[in-house]
Amino acid sequence: MSDIARRAILDGIRASLRRGPVPEDTAAVLDRRLRRPEPNVVPAIALGGRAALVSRFLTAAATAAATTTRVAPGREGAAVADFLRAHNLPMAVAVAADARLDGVAAEPMLSVTRRGADHGAPAAEDRVGVSHALAGLAETGTLVLVSGPDSPATLNMLPDTHVVVVRARDVVGGLEDGWEHLRAVAGGDPLPRTVHLVTGPSRTGDIEQTLQLGAHGPRQLHVVLVDDDPAAHGD
Amino acid sequence: MHVTSRAFKENVRGAVTDPNLRQSLATMKTGFRANRAKAVAALPEFEALRDAGKAIKDHALAHLDYYLERFEERVVAAGGHVHWARDGDEACRAVLDICRAHAARVVTKGKSMVAEEIALNQALEAAGIQPVETDLGEYIIQLRQELPSHIIAPAIHVRKHQVADSFRAHHRQFPADRPLEEPRDLLDEARVVLRDRFLSADVGITGANLLIAETGSTIIVTNEGNGDLTQLLPRVHIVVTSIEKVVPTLEDAATVLRLLARSATGQLMSSYTTLSTGPRRPDDPDGPEHFHVVLLDNGRSRMLGSEFRDALRCIRCAACINHCPVYGAIGGHAYGSVYPGPIGSVITPALASLEEAAGLPNASTLCGRCEAVCPMRIPLPRMLRNWREHEFARHLAPARVRWGLRIWSLAARRPALYRMGSGVTARLLMWLGGRRGRLSWAPMASAWTRVRDLPAPPPGGTFMTRFRTMQGQRRSRR
Repeated sequence: MSDIARRAILDGIRASLRRGPVPEDTAAVLDRRLRRPEPNVVPAIALGGRAALVSRFLTAAATAAATTTRVAPGREGAAVADFLRAHNLPMAVAVAADARLDGVAAEPMLSVTRRGADHGAPAAEDRVGVSHALAGLAETGTLVLVSGPDSPATLNMLPDTHVVVVRARDVVGGLEDGWEHLRAVAGGDPLPRTVHLVTGPSRTGDIEQTLQLGAHGPRQLHVVLVDDDPAAHGD
Repeated sequence: MHVTSRAFKENVRGAVTDPNLRQSLATMKTGFRANRAKAVAALPEFEALRDAGKAIKDHALAHLDYYLERFEERVVAAGGHVHWARDGDEACRAVLDICRAHAARVVTKGKSMVAEEIALNQALEAAGIQPVETDLGEYIIQLRQELPSHIIAPAIHVRKHQVADSFRAHHRQFPADRPLEEPRDLLDEARVVLRDRFLSADVGITGANLLIAETGSTIIVTNEGNGDLTQLLPRVHIVVTSIEKVVPTLEDAATVLRLLARSATGQLMSSYTTLSTGPRRPDDPDGPEHFHVVLLDNGRSRMLGSEFRDALRCIRCAACINHCPVYGAIGGHAYGSVYPGPIGSVITPALASLEEAAGLPNASTLCGRCEAVCPMRIPLPRMLRNWREHEFARHLAPARVRWGLRIWSLAARRPALYRMGSGVTARLLMWLGGRRGRLSWAPMASAWTRVRDLPAPPPGGTFMTRFRTMQGQRRSRR
């Protein structure tokens, strides 16, 4: 059935465009457009020096109702513990198996369960999840999170509280820079199964257009920025 | 596509006298409109982005066959499946076949207008499969057995006490006297109830805001996170979407994303923009094991060859709906189509038929606000006028309207006759208006005078006579 439908739809499209299949020379141009994507209009908020981008990233994340903290390398675990204590949250955390989070997992104040790799998938009972971002987008305060063996995608969505660690070096300007990171991760293979661009905690306005934070995803989003980029201090 | 627009006039009568609906619609001005205006003002490149967005969609539509084939190749390369569907029945059948193959009993659904268009829930229920809407607004209207009244805020017509009533009637597991006065209480209860459904569903169905030919990814843009739990927790993820959603590259998607959230809710980005590419990889600890994309045509390939092609650029942001004075007065249900407002009045006749959608192209004052705010610069007023011409040419307009227009055009093409006619009418109305200057009844205008007075023309004659007098005065002054 689908094959007949497929042909009928493609034929219908071509009839409407008053042509047959795309001619070879046009196809070559289109193919190049796909293989070497060009940016379109990139707004000024997606551009700037390192320090400007990092501070814009933190401001934009806060505007989207995330909380943020900026710490020296190695202080991530303490930052997570401080945040949980300050918000009177449980110290039991589910930490992605990502090796960049080993420091968080070693924090003595926390009671840690790892998720991903040999530890299996996140559980419905995980109240606090800790993930590591691939990148941060200064333009919108967005975190780019990719699924993989040691970074389960459900950890971004199931817990009530989501803590995301992102390195200052990985904070880039806009979406286009984020896509470059993604393509580098994929290395010519298909993209990771799930790419989450996360901007603030979950929310809804579906009841009388009153904004409520904490719909089905996390009620709180906390961003821990690891200050590993000397260039991000003033320019 | 099920359309009840024939009853438009009766629906409107009900809508304008519904106090709950009036209250609900009043929030739109302070919410969506103000937020969009603020977001647009804060981005100097917004107009340039609109031009770029329009160019991207025009390019994608001009090579739609090519980009759909590339998209399909990439989905398959990532381990997914693509199903092509000419109409709603074929799309529903494709979804049912997948559900049956996995012996699905409960299906969770993220918000999808295409699923509404093909009436997927009814098809699932008829096959003994329980669909559970997980977007809060969609969940509320599913409990109330209603259609969405807005494409991004499906329950905008429902007041919170009505939500509480539905929850009390359906969530019998909780104490009957629990407090449900505040939106927070309602949201927390829905979160608890739906969390169980997310975890127990066999199949998750979402829509898509964009399809990426470069990567074979589908993108959903959401705020609640329900679309993510819907697609990540069950073993099977089905994307129900339509052919015009494909764009070439992620860079192109970036332009559309910058326009979408700002035009819709005034956010820079919605909370979650999620790219889904194929099923989970062998070493992934979570995510769906199967990934299917159902590509619906349902009249779109035909629209591509018509004067309504530009409407295929629509990214379903709802800006035109939020700014439409007619929608603001009557809400979404009166339109009788799952797509209300200006964009609905343009695409419903194209996707269903003009006969079924009769009346919709007239549900507009042609004030032009919709086109002014459309991020894709769709010439909605022009298209509404085109439909009216079709309606007239195909004798679908009521006889009174056709005769009225015929008489008017007869006069309008004869200036002397027109001036004489309007002069006589103006004098007659002035006389009837008397000293009050208003008429509480006028021939052939009883529909107007039943609810308000008709102002009589001011003294001094018609526009043309006053214009001529003024010109004469000017000339004599010189």
